[in-house]
Amino acid sequence: MSNSLDSYLILSGLLFAIGTFGFLARRNAISMLMSIELMLNAANLTVLAFGAFVAPLKTHAAVIALLVIAVAAAEATVGLAIIIAIFRNKKTPLVDEYDTMRD
Amino acid sequence: MPIGDSIPLTGIRWDDVLFLGLAAVLLVSALLVVTMRDIIRCGLAMIVSFASLAGIYVMLGNPLIAAAQVLVYIGAISVLVLFAIMLTQTKNAPNRLVFQTQTWAAALAAVVLAVLILAAILATTWPAAGERLWTATSDVAHLLFRDYVLPFEVVSVLLTAAVVGAVYLARREPSSREEDQS
Repeated sequence: MSNSLDSYLILSGLLFAIGTFGFLARRNAISMLMSIELMLNAANLTVLAFGAFVAPLKTHAAVIALLVIAVAAAEATVGLAIIIAIFRNKKTPLVDEYDTMRD
Repeated sequence: MPIGDSIPLTGIRWDDVLFLGLAAVLLVSALLVVTMRDIIRCGLAMIVSFASLAGIYVMLGNPLIAAAQVLVYIGAISVLVLFAIMLTQTKNAPNRLVFQTQTWAAALAAVVLAVLILAAILATTWPAAGERLWTATSDVAHLLFRDYVLPFEVVSVLLTAAVVGAVYLARREPSSREEDQS
């Protein structure tokens, strides 16, 4: 089981689906960001699984995973700064109360 | 005394036990991240899921990526998320509705997505080896600093820009401080 590519791909698919559910269902903006982190981790797991089982992709997958981790860190930084900036103005972290443009 | 490849008497491989354990911890903690009411606990469950994913990266023969996962995700991003939670916490937040009103539609979409992904994985014959390959860290270093040196530099510029942008976005308005003083 641990020596077959399928089990790792299924694991990352399930993780991605869980992240999708969290992103669509949660009201708190920070929870949505955490769900995005889960989805990014699932994508990274897919890349590394292919790298571990397909010989020509081996080192390339590791490099791509490193770059994905760096970009995810940048995304989390900017996303959380935006949430904090909105919280200063609206006094709530809940996304369905960000309805200024509806009025 | 050397330990064999598999558990004695049962013939179950230690690798499989380790994989199943890490996968179970990963999926359960990820489910807790998206379903728990208290958002601080969600953040702590997220740390557990990142740690088990680092274990799976080691199983996939990538100790460098596992170390980067621990340093960047557990060390930096989780702390950032916990700080943001504490900055945006309101007193009545945990008592209020955690999910949107269309949660059933979101659950349906997630289940359909999972079924589609699983069907696509199981229907495809992957040109994969039956063994996990170990990635040597020196090979990764050679590739990163020779062939991928331009993306590497672009990512470093992106990180600098992101940090500068985050500081600009999250700082207080200077006008309010002047009003306090006057």
